[in-house]
Amino acid sequence: MALLELTGIDALYGRVRALRGVTIAVDQGEVVALIGSNGAGKTTTLRTISGLMHPPNGSIMFDGKDITRTPAHKIVGLGICQSPEGRRLFPRMQVIDNLRMGAFLRKDPAGVQKDMDRVFELFPRLKERTTQLAGTLSGGEQQMLAIGRALMSKPKLLMLDEPSLGLAPILVETIFQIVREINAQGIPILLVEQNAHKALEVAHRAYVLETGSIVKTGSGKELLNSPDVQRAYLGI
Amino acid sequence: MVSSVANARTRLLAGSRGKLLNATLFLIIAIAVIILATKVATLGPAYFVQILVYGLANGSIFALIALGYTMVYGIVELINFAHGDVFTLGGFISLWLLPTFGVTEGGSVSGAGLILPLLAILVISMVACAVVNVTIERVAYRPLRHAPRLTPLITAVGMSFVLEGVMYLWRGPFNLHYPNVLPTAGIELGGANGPAIGFKDLAVIAIAIVLMVALSLFVERTKLGKAMRATAQDRDAAQLMGIDINRTIAATFFIGALLAGAGGMIFGLYYNTITFDQGFTAGLVAFTAAVFGGIGNIQGAALGGLVIGMIQSLSDGYFDTAWTQVLIFAILVLVLVFRPTGILGMRVPEK
Repeated sequence: MALLELTGIDALYGRVRALRGVTIAVDQGEVVALIGSNGAGKTTTLRTISGLMHPPNGSIMFDGKDITRTPAHKIVGLGICQSPEGRRLFPRMQVIDNLRMGAFLRKDPAGVQKDMDRVFELFPRLKERTTQLAGTLSGGEQQMLAIGRALMSKPKLLMLDEPSLGLAPILVETIFQIVREINAQGIPILLVEQNAHKALEVAHRAYVLETGSIVKTGSGKELLNSPDVQRAYLGI
Repeated sequence: MVSSVANARTRLLAGSRGKLLNATLFLIIAIAVIILATKVATLGPAYFVQILVYGLANGSIFALIALGYTMVYGIVELINFAHGDVFTLGGFISLWLLPTFGVTEGGSVSGAGLILPLLAILVISMVACAVVNVTIERVAYRPLRHAPRLTPLITAVGMSFVLEGVMYLWRGPFNLHYPNVLPTAGIELGGANGPAIGFKDLAVIAIAIVLMVALSLFVERTKLGKAMRATAQDRDAAQLMGIDINRTIAATFFIGALLAGAGGMIFGLYYNTITFDQGFTAGLVAFTAAVFGGIGNIQGAALGGLVIGMIQSLSDGYFDTAWTQVLIFAILVLVLVFRPTGILGMRVPEK
């Protein structure tokens, strides 16, 4: 049984259907990419998993539990943490306080400290800026902080929403390197990306989302070589 | 909206008409300061000190109310018009409780013996107001959280009238006498009948300072305080961190009303009169203080309250009480035009 399983998920914004019967799964140890164009429903899928919205149909199972109707603030305690699109940091808090917010529910100060050290190891830039207000960081640093903050909850599943959006090419490279490193430490990752090429390179498996439906799935390599995907998303 | 105001202001200040406006404004302020200075000089320093202390006491009460406005605005972007009436309610509940605890004017309980009953009444009134405010949030605001912003604003005005109506029915439309139980003694500054700093003034200032320090420690240090700050800055992100935003928002209304309730009782003890609709004006003035300091900013609200209290007291003491409200709301307009984010408004860019 997979770690995370979405079965036949629908999503509604008012009367607009943003997702139609989305069925995806993430296994232990995997990097799974969700690619697709703007408005395909990638972010909506993550918001639904995180409990920020609840699906009218379908079910979400995580770690053997049904979390379809679980409110957002309880999801992170179960082990899913999201680094949301647009980073969504707490701009008027210091870097270190943003990281502490990531560990909001944790009651093991020693473990939190250990994870903090690990985040600083992953992102040395953040260590130099612990007392800076998050709103004054550069885009790349903000993205690092958003990922670091998500890691502070000690997730069993990490979800990254557009981690490379708006970053300089060299930083994009760094971010994907870090995605690999985090995964190598044993954390499964559900990755949403517009940069399909990069995403498919790091992903073990991937799903292609089009206007709210999954239209294609396969291993990262298969999709990289698929003519449809190449034409639509890789610009080849 | 803030940026469009800022643009309009830049345009206004750039033109020659803007320069004229600036000059006129400067002239008016200069004249006011000169008149004030001459009056201060003629009436002597002792009187001035007394006015300053009045201002501080006055401002402390405004600050206590302003904090609730600013905290609620910071977290749900709603101007809780009922807040001023929660303040009045604090006065009414404590007035009702005074005889129950044996505190009456010239009664048997006096001196140091007053401290415990007054503290008990203070705490009960604060909690009662907090419960009322949380109920208002639950019933009138939470169901409208995703409605257009104007909708909860209208319900807030409605809740304000409901509270005033309840207090009207309870005690009638009169100016109610609030027992003058605090010691009237004070420090004389100039002869037996001259200016003096009352024990009352100092007590009011002291209680307000204690409450404000407690609040800032709470917001800075506790887990719930951190949850409140996080929710104010990004509600979705706060939920993703595991923060129960419904609970956090309710807590904000609770704490805001604790302070307003305390303000209501202190107001009664200080001025010895309360009316069912005093919260309307007091609320507006406190709201002005919150805007003045930068709405959503806790230190700003405290500072704004003190500054407005001081302005009121200077205007009352050296000009005419009839001018006071004109002055305060003229300041509100000026702050909104020239510095829409207030003196201590948020200055961190949000990329």
